[in-house]
This record gives sequence, structure tokens and C-alpha cells, in this order.
Amino acid sequence: MIANYGYMDGSGEYYITIDTDKCNDCGHHGCVDACPKGMFMVEIDDYDDEVACIKEEFRKQIKYACSECKPVNDRPPLPCVTACTPGAISHSW
Amino acid sequence: MITAGMDMGAKLIKVVIMNDGKVIARSKILSGFEQEVSANDAMKKALSQAGIKPDEVDRIVATGVGRSIAPFAHDRLTEVGAAARGAIVRLPGARTVLDVGAEEGRAIAITEEGRVKDFAINEKCAAGSGTFTESMARALELKLEDFGPLSLESDTAVPMNAQCAVFAESEVVSLMHARTPKKDIARAVHDAIASRIVSMARRISIEKEIIVIGGMAYNVGFLASIKRALEMDVFVPEEPDYISAEGAAWAAHDKLVNRAVVEVEE
Amino acid sequence: MPKEFWRWKEYNWHEENIDPKAGGIISGGVDVGSVSSQAVVLIDGKLYAYSNMRTGSDSPNSALNAMKWALEGTGLENTDLNYVVGTGYGRVNVPFADRAITEIACHARGANFMYGPSVRTILDMGGQDCKAIRCDERGKVTNFLMNDKCAAGTGRGMEVFADLLSVSIEEVGDLSFDVEKEPEPVSSTCVVFAKTEAAGLLRQGWPKNLVLAAYCNAMAHRVVTVLERLGMEKEFAITGGIAKNRGVVERLEGELGLTGLKSDFDTQIAGALGAALFAKVLYEKQQAK
Repeated sequence: MIANYGYMDGSGEYYITIDTDKCNDCGHHGCVDACPKGMFMVEIDDYDDEVACIKEEFRKQIKYACSECKPVNDRPPLPCVTACTPGAISHSW
Repeated sequence: MITAGMDMGAKLIKVVIMNDGKVIARSKILSGFEQEVSANDAMKKALSQAGIKPDEVDRIVATGVGRSIAPFAHDRLTEVGAAARGAIVRLPGARTVLDVGAEEGRAIAITEEGRVKDFAINEKCAAGSGTFTESMARALELKLEDFGPLSLESDTAVPMNAQCAVFAESEVVSLMHARTPKKDIARAVHDAIASRIVSMARRISIEKEIIVIGGMAYNVGFLASIKRALEMDVFVPEEPDYISAEGAAWAAHDKLVNRAVVEVEE
Repeated sequence: MPKEFWRWKEYNWHEENIDPKAGGIISGGVDVGSVSSQAVVLIDGKLYAYSNMRTGSDSPNSALNAMKWALEGTGLENTDLNYVVGTGYGRVNVPFADRAITEIACHARGANFMYGPSVRTILDMGGQDCKAIRCDERGKVTNFLMNDKCAAGTGRGMEVFADLLSVSIEEVGDLSFDVEKEPEPVSSTCVVFAKTEAAGLLRQGWPKNLVLAAYCNAMAHRVVTVLERLGMEKEFAITGGIAKNRGVVERLEGELGLTGLKSDFDTQIAGALGAALFAKVLYEKQQAK
């Protein structure tokens, strides 16, 4: 399943996409510790797969929560994307 | 040498007249639905205050969201350029400008000359601008000028979950129904908007000193929340909503003395 | 008290030709949304009863009231339900539910039942959110995105406009077509800024209906953006309250160049129906153990 967490508003589209089919095979879920804001968690989804997701309280503010990892200039690789060895995580902005 | 700066804001049009870099008149008028007419009125008002005729003005620069339709303007300047140019004059040590107006919020990293290094913007979403505070004051049935001072009386942080001005209005109403004191709701509103502005500002490197400008800088509740969120002190100039118009007037001045500080759009 | 233009009628229904006490599996689904709540009761997987109500200020009661109202006149009690699944924004607050399942999964399952196994894309426009879901032929979610951060593209956004223009929410669709020429969409996405824009249009002398048309157009365009982000397949269906607003639906279909699948079922019960379908399967699993 492709799970898109986030939103679009007048200012743009802000989604973190998790490909849960890749995620389900990942034993270590590096994203959980990698995110400096602690936005990721592991859950058992509706189809009984163990997958990562974005915590409820961050879903409506990821544009703001992610801003420290996204400086205007000299943007380093994103910690969550780097830590995700199965390559399941991507950002829309 | 007489120069003028016009800031065609979403809510207010501000005009500043300068003589050799010294402000001699200021005026502001509601933008309304016919911005050009309001701009004319604002210019007339400033000129009569300064006691000068229109043809005595050597150069006019316009900035703000409506700058493309500004009458009389010789050049146009982006909002961030104008804010940076105006801010450095008011606070020579300024390296970060937080500019929060009716419909936009901006964080600008500037150089010691008042040039723009980097900037981040919240736009096209009321949750990141002064409009948010206005809507919430309305929902609380408070006058805007009472809203900021009231939030200073609160010592309780109540979280606000809604990240949209429309949804936040309903949340404020439910908080009122739950008998949450108005002062605590006022603080929650200011904390919410400040946290969004500061988070956005984290996309540039926030360096001291920090100057807060734009209409929201009049709001003491917002300023208190900004300081809490930044964990740093901020400088607020007098007449903070004129800084961008001043920056535009300075850009006009720079042009006349052949000194390019900020780039204008011809 | 001023007239509340956003009000819509609450209702319930049950099938007279099914005997609920004949011994079939009675499964229930309750979808507690932020604006409306629905309860659905199935007997052996067949739609038996449902209700649609406005969500009250506390969700446990809303869930209970919705189920009570669905069961009204059926002779069944809450305790007769074999298994209940709660869903929606208030899903953890359904006190009598045996399990909570996300509204994304429930909507896909419900739409699969309502529109048949060919449905691949579901657009649910709710009171305070907008969901776009892709699913397989069994109604299992393959891709979704949700927007509950921003009021644009939600029923709440439309309510703001109905209030501004003093038009009943149920009349918006028809009135928006009572215009000489289709206007450009309102340019601001943000509902607060769109409202200011609309006030400007009214001052310029635009008739109410034209402003409504401009907003319906903006809403349709906004939803198309959502669907483009998801990547839609052409077998699509629209559920939720806005599905009943032809001002948005027909403009949306026009912009997509596609017609949505139609169903005889009430578009607002998709989530609760999906929950009741999950409930039936979960009950059977439980019995098999």
C-alpha cells in the first residue's frame, strides 16, 4: 500500500509517502530513530502488516515539523529517507 | 532629494515619503476592493502631510503583493527585498527579519548591508498569517487590539490542534463551550501562529539580532509567543508596519545615488 | 436564532422485507465523523438498516445515538449485534465496538460493496476532510491520501460559502447552475481568503449564484489536483456528503472528462457500511477459532 501522510493547502502539497509493501519486510525501522522530531512510529495496519507510519499529531503540520531538515540552502539528505534501507520513504516537497 | 515608498499590502497600503533618507511623512489606508484608488488616496494623504507636490517627488518604488498595479511607481521591489532594506536602517545589527502581515509571513536572513541572503515564506494559507489571529479574535468576540494584551494575562498553555483558520474557529468555539478562560484561548491562538512562523523560520539560519516587522508586530501577545518559541529576544521597531514602505523609499534613494543595495524590478 | 444554512436533514431507514430475528449474523458499523455520524447494520452481509446524523459534541454518545436510530423500529437492540466495528475520526470513541478500523480501509471496502468490484478510485469528500483512495477488486486499499488539515475541498468549506451567501447547503448545486455563463474558479485555495475574494465579487455586483458557481468550480478543481496527486484510474466513485452536491460533482466530472460510477446506496454511508462488512468477517473469524 502507498500511504500518503500530510496534506495540501493553499501554500502547497506536503506529503510523506510510505510504501508499506517495502516497509513490511523491514525488521529494524530505522526511520523511527532517525527523525529528529520523532514523527515516525510502527503500527499494525488494518491488514495486519507491521508498517511505519507518521504519528497522528504530526500529520496536519508536517510542513512545519520537517522544516529543520529542509533548509532553504545547502539541503543535506533527509535523515528519514537515508535511514530507510528498503527505500520506502519519499517526500513530495 | 525626495523619494517615496509604497507598500501595497493585502490589507493596508502604506506610503512613506523621505527627504535625503529622513522620513518626513507616513500614511496608511485600507486596501479595500479597489487597490489603485486606495493607493492614490494614500499617496495624496502622505504628500499633503509632507507639504510637497506630486512632481517634487524624485523617485517612487512600490512593493507588496499589489505592487504590479501601484500607480506612479518608477520601480518595483519584492517584499523580502523591501523588508530587508528597511529593517537594516532601523536596526543595523539585524540579521534575521520576521515579517508577519495580514496574508503572509516571511523569515529573511539579511547581510549587514541589508541585502537578502535567504528567505522562507508562508503564503496563500491563512493559518500562517495575521488573518488567522483576526479570525480567532472574531470567534472570541474580542476586539483585535484587546486580543494580544489579554493573552499576556494567561499562564496556562492550552494546545490548539487545528492547523487551518476555518477549523481553528470551530476549535475556539468548543474551547469556549468547555469554559476555557478567554485569556488562555487567546494565548493558545498566539502560540499557534508563533509556532508556525518560527518553524518556518528554521528553514533559514536564525541569527541575532532578530527584528519583527509587519502589522502583527503591534500585537504584544504574538510577540510574547514568538519570544517563547524562539527562546530569544526580539527587537520591535516603532511603526513596524511601515518598514517595507521605508525599504522601498530607501531603494528609490539608492537608485538616485547609484548605490545598488537591493535589486529592483524595472 | 438566525437560520442555519448549513443544516441538512438527518434520517434513518430499514429494510422491511428482512426478518432480523431469523438467526443471521448481525454485524454493525459506526462511522463517527467530525460533522456527521452514520450507523449501518447488515444481516448476513446484506444491508438491513442505517442512519445518518449530525455528530454531537461528544463522540461516544454520537456513536450510540446513530446506532440507536438505525435500529429504531426494527425490534433489535444494540446488544443483538454480533460484532461492531467503529471507524472515522471518532473511531476510538465507539464504546460498544469490538474493533476500530481506519476510515480509509472502511471506505474502500464500503465502496467495493456499493459500486461493485470494478471501482478502483474512491473520492470521499467529507465534512472536514477529503480522502482519495485506490483499491483492488476486493476493496483492499493500494494507495491513499487524506487531507484533514485544510478546509478547502471539504464540506466545511462549502458550509462557509452557504452561510456567506445565505443559501441552504442542499440548494447550492442547483443554484450554481442557474447562471448565464460559467465563471472562472475563485482563485484562492484557502477558504478564508476565498471568502474575502467572494465578498469582493459580490461588491462588484456578481449575483449570488455566479459566486456559488465560481466556488463549486474551485472546489472541483481542487479535488482534481488531489486525484492527480494520487494517480487515478477511470473507474471512480464519489462518496460523502459532497457527492450529493451536483454543483461540485458535475464540474469535477467535466474537468476529468469522466463520469463517476453510480449507486443506489446512500453515498454518506460508505464508511459505516465498510465497517459493518469488516465486522461480519471478523465475527466469522472469531467463531471459527
